[in-house]
Amino acid sequence: MTTFTRRSFGALIGATLAAPGLVRAQTAGRLVIVGGGFGGASATRFARINYPEVEVTLVEPWPTFVTCPYGNLILGGNRTLPEITHSYDGLRARGVNVVQDRAADIDPVAKTVSLESGTVLDYDKLIVSPGIGFRWDAIEGYDEAASQVFPHAWMGGDGSQITLLRQQLEAMPQGGVFGISIPGNPFRCPPGPYERISMVAQYLKQNNPTAKILAFDAKDGFSKQGLFQDAWGELYGDMIEWIPLSADGQIVRVDVENKLFISDFGEEHRVDVGNVVPPQYAASIVRDTGLANETGWVPVNARTFESAAAADVHVIGDANIASPLPKSGYVANSTSKTAVAAALADVTGPEAPSDPVYFNTCYSHGGEDYSFSVVGIYRTTDEGFVETPDSGGISPRGPLSELAENRRLESGYADAWYESITRDMFS
Amino acid sequence: MKLMRPMTFLLFAGMISSTAFAQEGAPQVALSCAGCHGQAGEGAGSIARIAGYDRDAFITVWEEFRNNERPATIMNRIAPGYTPEDVAILADYFASIE
Ligand SMILES: Cc1cc2nc3c(=O)[nH]c(=O)nc-3n(C[C@H](O)[C@H](O)[C@H](O)COP(=O)(O)OP(=O)(O)OC[C@H]3O[C@@H](n4cnc5c(N)ncnc54)[C@H](O)[C@@H]3O)c2cc1C
Ligand code: HEC
Repeated sequence: MTTFTRRSFGALIGATLAAPGLVRAQTAGRLVIVGGGFGGASATRFARINYPEVEVTLVEPWPTFVTCPYGNLILGGNRTLPEITHSYDGLRARGVNVVQDRAADIDPVAKTVSLESGTVLDYDKLIVSPGIGFRWDAIEGYDEAASQVFPHAWMGGDGSQITLLRQQLEAMPQGGVFGISIPGNPFRCPPGPYERISMVAQYLKQNNPTAKILAFDAKDGFSKQGLFQDAWGELYGDMIEWIPLSADGQIVRVDVENKLFISDFGEEHRVDVGNVVPPQYAASIVRDTGLANETGWVPVNARTFESAAAADVHVIGDANIASPLPKSGYVANSTSKTAVAAALADVTGPEAPSDPVYFNTCYSHGGEDYSFSVVGIYRTTDEGFVETPDSGGISPRGPLSELAENRRLESGYADAWYESITRDMFS
Repeated sequence: MKLMRPMTFLLFAGMISSTAFAQEGAPQVALSCAGCHGQAGEGAGSIARIAGYDRDAFITVWEEFRNNERPATIMNRIAPGYTPEDVAILADYFASIE
């Protein structure tokens, strides 16, 4: 290292700050991470703390990260946008080279990532956690422009989608109809749509008590269904109507001009506010580069998260195929660490863990002081991921008179979870 | 030298904030506790701090969670997912950090 470019100097300062007493230069290898969300930010922080000799570059187009988790609470009125917006300064202070740009191409042979600005980054190991893309063609009439009328609010971005949905909710006429269209599996955050319904109901109960929620679902069952339906009955009376696939619940077309949801059998439903959670696949960067297979998601090795299609490229988070692990922020965080350890094993050692454990918890808010959770603990076999028998599962069901304290405690623990996991990503 | 003093102080302040709750070298089985208790076991809000937890007490408490003998909202669903060998590693790790 003879010339001190601004970048390497900054990186060295960062290394000194993050690991006092450490005098090794960051020359062992270059780790590039694409996507600064639940998987990518967690991987970045973990790599920086555990592998101080590795140079870490994070590529993310947005200047800050707005979490999808707790976004529904903006609708319910318990959170504001700044409270779920996170800065990359903590990672910068650890010596991460944070590049505000979008990865446009990956060349796994030359081992480079080309950015939209034209910059080309060399890597020894690449971790990709770009999240989801929307299948804009799947629901007729629902394209990016239509999402300005019927928001999806299913990606954080700059927070404008969740803000728009909240504004529409506030502007809804008394006794109006809130419609939501929910996709079939697999999709980001299986309990997410139902938490959204709950938080919309919480808002409406206070501000628009004669309003209705029509939930059109392309499935006949959903995550934590009993717990959600108990909560809806206990807290919101008959405000919410869930229309499953078998009752013609699948929305196949929308008409944003006339504010219509049109079902598979051609039934037209007028809504005052329409929220469309579109069918999904992995983000374009992994589809356009041949990492995803015909399903639109990326097959990976269950122990290393290395892509089946490209050596030294590890794909984590919602973009990969990891069933029975759900597409959740917790899973993205939990798996990111093992992906880093596996990726860097042949750069720095030590050997990658041979029998990794992965973990999921999703807390959901049904209402004020009323939350519940699902837990899953997962391991691997040579065939893929398996759930650990006789463990995990959902919060207990039963009459609220017996469970009110449990629901209240889980509401507080959910807030603590949000604090811990975002600290594990950004601090 | 005169000029260096405040600089050193600033760097030190930066050091504290950027090393807070950083815990390197956690065993793989303990990585997933971070999402609730923090990787350094520091806790958050109403979720308990478990850094420096007494090793024997940890194992006792874990078995109580496993057997539903201790009030719990979620640890009773988490505990059965870990073998006694895992629990020994977890107990050692969280006992070892401050
Ligand atoms: C309403 C809602 C509620 C949710 N609640 C929970 C919850 O309570 N608990 C939970 O565990 N999970 C929850 N989730 C799920 C969670 O948000 C996702 O599972 C998680 O974000 C997945 O992490 P990821 O890293 O794959 O993607 P993301 O977190 O979306 O991060 C992807 C990042 O990559 C960036 N990116 C994309 N393309 C490129 C490119 N070409 N170049 C560079 N960067 C790129 C994006 O800008 C983004 O910042 C919820 C989701 C929703 C929608
Ligand atoms: C989803 C959040 C969550 C995760 C993940 C989690 N815990 Fe907990 N933990 C809790 C909560 C909440 C409690 C309080 C008891 C309860 O309600 O279950 C707790 C209690 C504990 C206690 C008892 C603390 C006391 O007050 O004496 C220990 C020890 C513990 N956890 C260890 C762990 C370990 C080790 C892991 C990782 C394998 C872990 N926990 C993962 C949420 C979590």
